[in-house]
Amino acid sequence: MRKAGALVAGLLLAGIAGPALAAKANDTLVYASDSEPENLSPYHNNLREGVILARNVWDTLLYRDPATGQHQPMLATAWTWVDPVTLDLTIRDGVTFHNGDPLTPEDVAFTFNYVLTPEAKIVTKGNVDWMKSTEVTGPHSVRIHLKAPFPAALEYLSGPTPILPAAYFKKTGLDGFSKAPVGTGPYRIVSVESGRSVKMVRNDKYWPGSPIGRAKIGKLEFRIIPDADSRMAELMTGGVDWIWRVPTDQAEQLKSDPTLTVVSAETMRVGYLQFDVQGRAMENSPIKDVRVRQAIAHAIDRKAMVDNLARGGARVMNALCFIEQFGCTEEGVPTYAYDPAKARTLLKEAGYPNGFDIDLSAYRERDYAEAVIGYLRAVGIRARLNYLRYAAFRDALRAGKTSIGYQTWGSFSINDVSAFTGIYFRGGEEDLARDPTVIADLQAGDTSTDPAIRKAKYAEALKRIGAQAYALPMFSYPSNYAFSADLTFTAQTDEVPRFYAASWKK
Amino acid sequence: MLGFALRRILVAIAVALTVSVASFLLLHLSGDLATAIAGPEATGEQIAAVRAQHGLDQPLVVQFGTWAWRALHFDFGRSFYFPEQVTDLVAARMPVTLTLGIIALAVALLVAIPLGVLAAFYRDTWLDRAALAVSVLGQAMPSFWFGLTLILIFSVNLRWLPVSGNATWKHFILPAVALGYYAMPAVMRLTRNGMLEVLSSDYVRTARAKGLPPRKILIRHALRNAVIPVIALAAVQFGFMLGGSIVIEAVFSLQGLGQLAWESIARNDFPVVQAIVLVLAMIYIALTLAADLLNALLDPRLRS
Repeated sequence: MRKAGALVAGLLLAGIAGPALAAKANDTLVYASDSEPENLSPYHNNLREGVILARNVWDTLLYRDPATGQHQPMLATAWTWVDPVTLDLTIRDGVTFHNGDPLTPEDVAFTFNYVLTPEAKIVTKGNVDWMKSTEVTGPHSVRIHLKAPFPAALEYLSGPTPILPAAYFKKTGLDGFSKAPVGTGPYRIVSVESGRSVKMVRNDKYWPGSPIGRAKIGKLEFRIIPDADSRMAELMTGGVDWIWRVPTDQAEQLKSDPTLTVVSAETMRVGYLQFDVQGRAMENSPIKDVRVRQAIAHAIDRKAMVDNLARGGARVMNALCFIEQFGCTEEGVPTYAYDPAKARTLLKEAGYPNGFDIDLSAYRERDYAEAVIGYLRAVGIRARLNYLRYAAFRDALRAGKTSIGYQTWGSFSINDVSAFTGIYFRGGEEDLARDPTVIADLQAGDTSTDPAIRKAKYAEALKRIGAQAYALPMFSYPSNYAFSADLTFTAQTDEVPRFYAASWKK
Repeated sequence: MLGFALRRILVAIAVALTVSVASFLLLHLSGDLATAIAGPEATGEQIAAVRAQHGLDQPLVVQFGTWAWRALHFDFGRSFYFPEQVTDLVAARMPVTLTLGIIALAVALLVAIPLGVLAAFYRDTWLDRAALAVSVLGQAMPSFWFGLTLILIFSVNLRWLPVSGNATWKHFILPAVALGYYAMPAVMRLTRNGMLEVLSSDYVRTARAKGLPPRKILIRHALRNAVIPVIALAAVQFGFMLGGSIVIEAVFSLQGLGQLAWESIARNDFPVVQAIVLVLAMIYIALTLAADLLNALLDPRLRS
């Protein structure tokens, strides 16, 4: 199907006639993606498409400047840590929701207390379950009580925790809210057509002084177009103005169209090989031997994979995290250069001069997994590919039923190492190594409020994961965006398109 | 006739039951459903909660029994994904698929029947061979590829028709053509063969001998008889098209039942998939049954 798609893409480009109709004329930016969020309430879907809507329609207490990484005031004008488990915030005056209700500390307390109740049945529990409760402490202030010290709190308060309108939500209930959602953000939703589109218009009463500013484009429309080739055809005919996740080969072809801009940007998603370190998947598993894992690391030319497969914007990663995340460092982490001769030597030392047979499971980017298998074969490791659906893949890894897993992780766009390394090496279900030293270091890093201590602990953990080759980080993933040449748009590594910041070229 | 009809209806019910059991089991093969529903970021605790919430911790037989009992009362439960009742979801998407299917069938019949008649009348000429080529091509081309080719020609190059969506009647033209082409070959061939048979029959020869004009012979005498099995086939083809529209709806981004089915499978939205499979199977079974009964009514030899 993908090959046929590339073929059609080629045909499309060969026969292109006339410029695409830009939507600049009616000041409507139409963007298309493949999936439909199950519920527009920002806490009741975990889709990227839902995150995009949330960022354009709702505000959060804090704002993280994507350029500097600094936290700035947004709906909260100030915040102070009373102690490691108590956070006081001052709530901004003069902000109104799209339905005209003024924002009050009650809205903040309601939102957080509501999403913590089991009845709310939110699907992004991991983003809020560090909070214990929130109380109103004055006409303009709230206090958040934490369950335990959680240094990444500010990061979470500036991303996946938008503020809902308490009175309106209580009146409509979740089902009503999802059909006519209300926020305080730069765009307000005017119509929701299930399975088809979400239409938004600029919030002309948006509060002045917001760090993200007023939206520049008047109308915004999200269209759901499941088929990648149809999305591309829509873009080329001017039916939509912006698409993303364009396969690299098609992006290359789209670049030749003068009416379009193609951008390849790095994302926070990192691919890596996860090893069945405890050797549960097979008897006398070679993977239990650190030398075998190191041999695998030396056998794969990750740089070549970046240059030839992933391309635009991808970087080789050596530490098991995304390099720009807080606490992620490659200092002291072994780099495992591409060296098949050394890989063979290590295999011989480990007692496998003739290599061995093993299974490798993957769930996306089949071509990447196949490239890895090719490299392994070159040093004598005969890996068989199990290509699985994500659920089955995850089951297999957790249950110790596969020796090597080609994993990827996007960290929920959280710019903190706790959202990555901790998930896989802090002794939880996903932890296949269960190294007590690593667990202790990560635990200390995840709960300390002193940035210096955190950094030091994470560095220790990452160093040990690397030295023991518990996992082999591959590279960050790029994402290809294609949009009307009339549009000014900047892509960010957190894969959140900020349409409020986009504008038409003069 | 009554006995024959009853037997047929019993077989239809058995088929429906088999289809629902098969779809039920198939969905359980793609890994743990609870993990799939809970999503990539869920913890073990959340997955366990999902398992309990949706009764996935019950034995398969119990799960199926519960589902079947409710389905008999037109209650397919709540979607795992959308905050809606499955019945509402299916009802909302049904019209798009039916509209597409009806237009596609009309397109197929309007092209296939005249083409079949002409091919038979001009047997072994270039026209006959061209018609055959068109039908072979229709069967050989994957429908998504044909759909994309139509988009390429009529939307991207000529800019006559929209690429995707179902906002206006114009949006239905390309998908209906793509889907109709799928059903066209079989109808065309059946018409051609039926016509050939009828044209060589005695009464047509008599009509010719009487000096009736060819058009009158074709339409009034031959086509009337040749088209009866075609109607039965068309009913079956319509059922096929409802299933085949899964791919076409995805290509043209039509929010119909096919697309809902496709996405629900990807999301493991179990109740929705089951309901759609059952609804489509029922329509198909009903159409086949109707075609069988119609044929039997017209041709007493089939009843034995």
